[in-house]
Amino acid sequence: MPLSIEKLIADGPVVTDGAWGTEFQARGLAVGDSPDTWNLSNPDQVIAVAQAYVDAGSQIILTNTFGANRLRLEESGAAKNTVEINQAGVELSRRAAGDQALVFASMGASGKILMMGDTREEDLQAAFEEQAQALSKADAIVVETMSELDEARIAVSAARATGLPVVACMVFDSGANNDRTMMGVTPEETAEALTKAGADVIGANCGQGVAGFVAICERLHSATDRPIWIKANAGTPELVDGELVYRTSPDEFAAYAGNLMAAGANFIGGCCGTNPEFIRALRKEVSRLEKLIPPT
Amino acid sequence: MQNPDKFTKEKNLTPIILAMKDLKELYEAVITGDAVTARSITEEALSGETDPLSLVSEHLTPAMDEIGRRFEASECFVPELLLSARAMKGAMELIQPRLLESGVELLGRVIVATVKGDLHDIGKNLVAAVLEGGGFEVIDMGVNVEPEKIVETIKEKDVQIVVLSALLTTTMPAMKTSIEAIEAAGVRDKVTILVGGAPVTQRFADEIGADGYSDSAVGAVAVARKAVGA
Repeated sequence: MPLSIEKLIADGPVVTDGAWGTEFQARGLAVGDSPDTWNLSNPDQVIAVAQAYVDAGSQIILTNTFGANRLRLEESGAAKNTVEINQAGVELSRRAAGDQALVFASMGASGKILMMGDTREEDLQAAFEEQAQALSKADAIVVETMSELDEARIAVSAARATGLPVVACMVFDSGANNDRTMMGVTPEETAEALTKAGADVIGANCGQGVAGFVAICERLHSATDRPIWIKANAGTPELVDGELVYRTSPDEFAAYAGNLMAAGANFIGGCCGTNPEFIRALRKEVSRLEKLIPPT
Repeated sequence: MQNPDKFTKEKNLTPIILAMKDLKELYEAVITGDAVTARSITEEALSGETDPLSLVSEHLTPAMDEIGRRFEASECFVPELLLSARAMKGAMELIQPRLLESGVELLGRVIVATVKGDLHDIGKNLVAAVLEGGGFEVIDMGVNVEPEKIVETIKEKDVQIVVLSALLTTTMPAMKTSIEAIEAAGVRDKVTILVGGAPVTQRFADEIGADGYSDSAVGAVAVARKAVGA
């Protein structure tokens, strides 16, 4: 029985997870090594990160498979293990989640631009189909950090072929108001195109700090009848004594939950710069607000 | 006294005006990203009397500047910019041999590289495309580039500008180590180092000792031009 998104969000917004890559680095992943290959070489650490989010109150955790499509794995020489890396990613998150959280499998952008001729449509399609099929034991698939509608459509269609619910999000980091993707796509165009492509949930992740997500959430929400997924960065990083520091605190981040909920967000979580502390604060804030606002 | 050549000159006015009109179309072709038209007009112009340098300075560069302005003003986005850069590059491929023949040098030689640990090439490719469009010779070193390789290339190829790209917050420190390697090799004074990429800020650029920063590919051309005094 496939997961019902409708039932899942019936009682109010669902808290997802935060960033994984930075957590891995805190656990010894060398800068430049592909995090995805840790599913095979360092599974205990992957479970530890997943577990930290479950313990912090994530109701949905993702998988360590963001860059595990063949086109990206080729760059780190791991393409031959594409299927295993994805399958292991789901399994590891599942073990951490137990019956405490759902597992939504992550499918990130290919890192190639179709119109630049970096890759061909059929190669992109084959890569996403292979990854999606390998992720098919998850509860849903999240197509994330997309900039180009054509690529997003291809990924959504590959993910839909598994029969799982599909979340599709783009990254808004361009334009005068940070309300366009790098390829110039607006929230409205995103909502319209991805709804038409058959995504069950539409959203935005990464690209900017949480403050900018309120308006984007509102615009996505008003352009589609689908639930909205938001995963915001903690803010813009600064370098302090050689270390990257995000200035936004977990509480400051969580304080946006109310605005995001009012703007129509059904799933809220964090992206770059967030960690389990952000999710703990977010879950607390969402619970507090849910008690204040009776479900409609 | 009347110029005896006046009649002949007037007679020649028509083709000159036509040529001007055609070249206005070259500008338009670059703006709209019509690479086929940009190439064919350039070819035709080069087979005639047109000065190759004026094609660049009066038509192609202003067109790239205009598309860059639109990009900066969020009137257009990466797809339009890429198409224009491609049209410009196609025209430049025809013009460059002629420029070299006549001893005209390009603005400068630039290394473009995504730093060690970072496999993202979109931003770097974009910067490479617009720098080429902007009149620079670009050596694209690819992604995940070791600082030592950058140093070697600076030494071997008489490079004036090094452009470092990083998309990940986690690889931003590799920009710092690249700059340190350039310093340690004693070639820091030879090059202007520019940095960019989604998480990079002016403040970060200052902190790691880069010479310049831009938050967009188009801005990078302006910074690079300034660096070579163009």
